[in-house]
Amino acid sequence: MRAQLKELGNGGASANGSTLAVVELEEVTKTYDSEPPVRALRGVSFSVHEGELVGIVGPSGSGKTTILHLMGTLDRPSSGTVRLTGLDISRLSDRELSALRAQKLGFVFQQFFLSEHQTVIDNVADGLLYAGAPLGHRRSAAAGALARVGLAGRLSALPTKLSGGQRQRVAIARALVGSPALVLADEPTGNLDSVAGASVLDLFAELNAEGATIVVITHDQAVAARMSRVISVRDGLVVRDTAGEGHP
Amino acid sequence: MTPATASAAALSPPRLGPRDLGRLASVGVRTRKLRAGLSALGIAIGVAAIVAVLGLSSSSQAGLLAEINRLGTNLLTVSNGQNFFGQTAELPKASPGMIGRIGGVTNVQYVGALSNVNAYKSPFIPAADTNALSVDATSLGLPWDVGTNVAKGVFLNAATQGEPLCVLGAAAAQRLGIDRVFQGERIWLGGMWFYVVGILNQAVLTPEIDTSVLIGFPVAEHYFNFDGHPSEIYLRTETSQVNAVYNVLANTANPESPNEVNVSQPSDALVAEADAKAALNSLFLGLGAVSLLVGAVGVANIMVISVLERRQEIGLRRALGATKGNIRAQFMSEAVLLSLLGGAAGVLAGAASTAVYASTKGWDVVVPPLAWGGGFGAAILIGAVAGLMPALRAARMSPTEALWSI
Repeated sequence: MRAQLKELGNGGASANGSTLAVVELEEVTKTYDSEPPVRALRGVSFSVHEGELVGIVGPSGSGKTTILHLMGTLDRPSSGTVRLTGLDISRLSDRELSALRAQKLGFVFQQFFLSEHQTVIDNVADGLLYAGAPLGHRRSAAAGALARVGLAGRLSALPTKLSGGQRQRVAIARALVGSPALVLADEPTGNLDSVAGASVLDLFAELNAEGATIVVITHDQAVAARMSRVISVRDGLVVRDTAGEGHP
Repeated sequence: MTPATASAAALSPPRLGPRDLGRLASVGVRTRKLRAGLSALGIAIGVAAIVAVLGLSSSSQAGLLAEINRLGTNLLTVSNGQNFFGQTAELPKASPGMIGRIGGVTNVQYVGALSNVNAYKSPFIPAADTNALSVDATSLGLPWDVGTNVAKGVFLNAATQGEPLCVLGAAAAQRLGIDRVFQGERIWLGGMWFYVVGILNQAVLTPEIDTSVLIGFPVAEHYFNFDGHPSEIYLRTETSQVNAVYNVLANTANPESPNEVNVSQPSDALVAEADAKAALNSLFLGLGAVSLLVGAVGVANIMVISVLERRQEIGLRRALGATKGNIRAQFMSEAVLLSLLGGAAGVLAGAASTAVYASTKGWDVVVPPLAWGGGFGAAILIGAVAGLMPALRAARMSPTEALWSI
């Protein structure tokens, strides 16, 4: 495995050379077949290692969401290699990618995507639904995850009874419930006021301190500044990576 | 945290258990109750129609068969057929006696038709208005042996059979406008007054008695020169001997010309009639099938809309690790659940309407397994067919497009 871990150029140097790479992008391009074709990524390479808190920042249209798709195995690159926990996603079938997501990835979205008709604990327990865990185990793990995000007292509440910040914490608990190798957050503070947004970022920092590997995609430089490593993208290219520069 | 590395060999997505699938299938139904209810309604109406048609027909058949059993299947009738020249043949006067001597025959009754005698309410009724009533001379135990009895008044007896008295069949009484028996009630029969002494109940096994005006043999012979030949002979046999008696009846009734005798078992005709009624049901079943089809289109429509509306949920589930198969199974089971709910409501409604109607008719309530089993089966099939295309569309949806659609 170690042999596969290549320290790459274009800002791809590891911040922490002694740990394993959770996700590696190697000269990745992505072109969408529209008319005219859109080259969203033009050769992106970097790695995220265990225990990192990474911000991927860029303006609208820079390609950061495409990076999220590829890191999240929701899409495949046009060329280049994406490895998640050492596995080349181009060589995996759709079923295997689904299993990979269920076991290794947690997602946090700007719009939370909570089921309004399910209690908080069942929303979080659904994070393990496709990992094959029985309901009892899912619920106890969900209770544990909700305790980690500070919502131990709201297990039976419906999401509609929660504030925006609390809803995002529920979504974060859902991403964490399976103890994934990587948590991907897409504009996690985008729908929150500044106070709630700051508390969510504090939570990410705490979870990262406990060992979680987290990548936050954002257009907001202030949000990115809270991350220990920042990868800036523009026009489908990585223009800056603070790995190796020390803190941004 | 799990180890950062993984082997592809471990990447086999687990199948969802029935309980989880059930929970997923019920999401759409629970969260959009009114819409689910309305789309299930189409299925419910179709299934209810089919169950009710089959249930009512079975119940009515059961009612008729119960009636036939109550009246007995051991009644045989012998009637005069036609001779070689196409004219009505005559049964020998001795026929009833001879039939009574067949082993296994327990009772024999008979009537003789007075073909040139008609009955009217009064002498002022035009002769042509016979009301399709017949006048028959009767033996004295007729009503009880053909499975009916006297509704009002009395039947003829040995003392009264020689007097100008008559007993009316149920339909005959109705057509003559007589619904009760009182002293002095009379009708104009064969050019003279006959006093009405009784009215019979309906004779289900022998409907020809219903339209008869019955008088005694002696009075018929005395006033109308009736020759005394019986035209219909009714006999009861021991139940185990019905076939044996049936086989020898024609030869016994008219040994000289057995081919001029008609022998029948009235209960057989009624069973055939019950079966014929069931054949009419195919029309109603067809209507039920059409409404099921409409219901299926409704379910398919709702599922298509549901898939479009729930793109983000589909995207989220894919992000959480759902395979295409998981998404397909979720929407398929949702469609089947929707149809099954409609099917269950339909079976209940169909069975309830059968029960209500059958109890007003005094029939046993029979909902055949074919009806409710078929109702459920059709519902599941419709759900699966209607849900297939939307489920495939949902599964084909790319997770990225699904997640970031608005």
